Amino acid sequence: MTVLDIVFWLLAVISIGAALAVVFLQNIFRAALFLVLCFFAVAGLFITLQADFLAVAQVLIYVGAISILIILAIMLTREMWRGNPGGRFQLPAFIIALGLFGVMVWAVINTSWQISAELPLVPTTAAIGSRLFGEGGLLLPLEIAAVLLLAAILGAIVLVREK
Amino acid sequence: MLTDYGYVGLFLIIAILFAVSMPLLPLTLSLLGLVPKKPNPIKTSTYECGVETIGKTWVQFNFRYYFYALLFVVFDILIVFLFPWATKLKQLGAGAFVAVLAFLLILMVGYIYAWMKRVLEWK
Repeated sequence: MTVLDIVFWLLAVISIGAALAVVFLQNIFRAALFLVLCFFAVAGLFITLQADFLAVAQVLIYVGAISILIILAIMLTREMWRGNPGGRFQLPAFIIALGLFGVMVWAVINTSWQISAELPLVPTTAAIGSRLFGEGGLLLPLEIAAVLLLAAILGAIVLVREK
Repeated sequence: MLTDYGYVGLFLIIAILFAVSMPLLPLTLSLLGLVPKKPNPIKTSTYECGVETIGKTWVQFNFRYYFYALLFVVFDILIVFLFPWATKLKQLGAGAFVAVLAFLLILMVGYIYAWMKRVLEWK
């Protein structure tokens, strides 16, 4: 076993353990903190795959911003100390999640993954920049992403305005 | 490249060791009997930045904070798009510059709308 294998299994165990803690913990604030740990472990997995830009984006957006959003949403919740009581949909949700897990495992096993013989490109940031903005780049999807972000801002404004 | 991340990992290990040793150090010292234990009500009272604690730990915050969190997420995502462009600024040229300008202008519409509707003011 190489060092990379050890790091991979360590990160895999941390991310899956943290994800299970998110589901099973009664205190939702602690669940949110475990979600942050899970995001961090996934960023580590991106690093082991030599996807440096993706790892930094994962830390910047998921660990830095999305988790702040989730924690703020918990802080805004009334009577959050009641914890995470099981609802009527516990069993149907479990069955659907199990079905989704089965479909994903089936897809992963049955896909013939193509493995490139070329060495990975490092660092990836400049390559992503020329792919996004260069000749034949993805400019239209980029502007559509801007419109999506604009919709998020407008939605937030509607949310906080009284009347 | 991967060895560079080894240094980051080293910092992470040092940070975790520091965080674990800070609470463990006084606990072991008191277990060894090196620290005298003379509790009194004032000493054992809950301490919070020098101010006396009032009420419960969990209070419901103003929902307006959520607006700022949402804005933060939007402009955080903006950085992810701007950063790859900035690393290849000179090679990409004017076309990419116009595209980024259009990207920023679309987002500015939301910012100016927020300004006009006075939602950035704290009431």
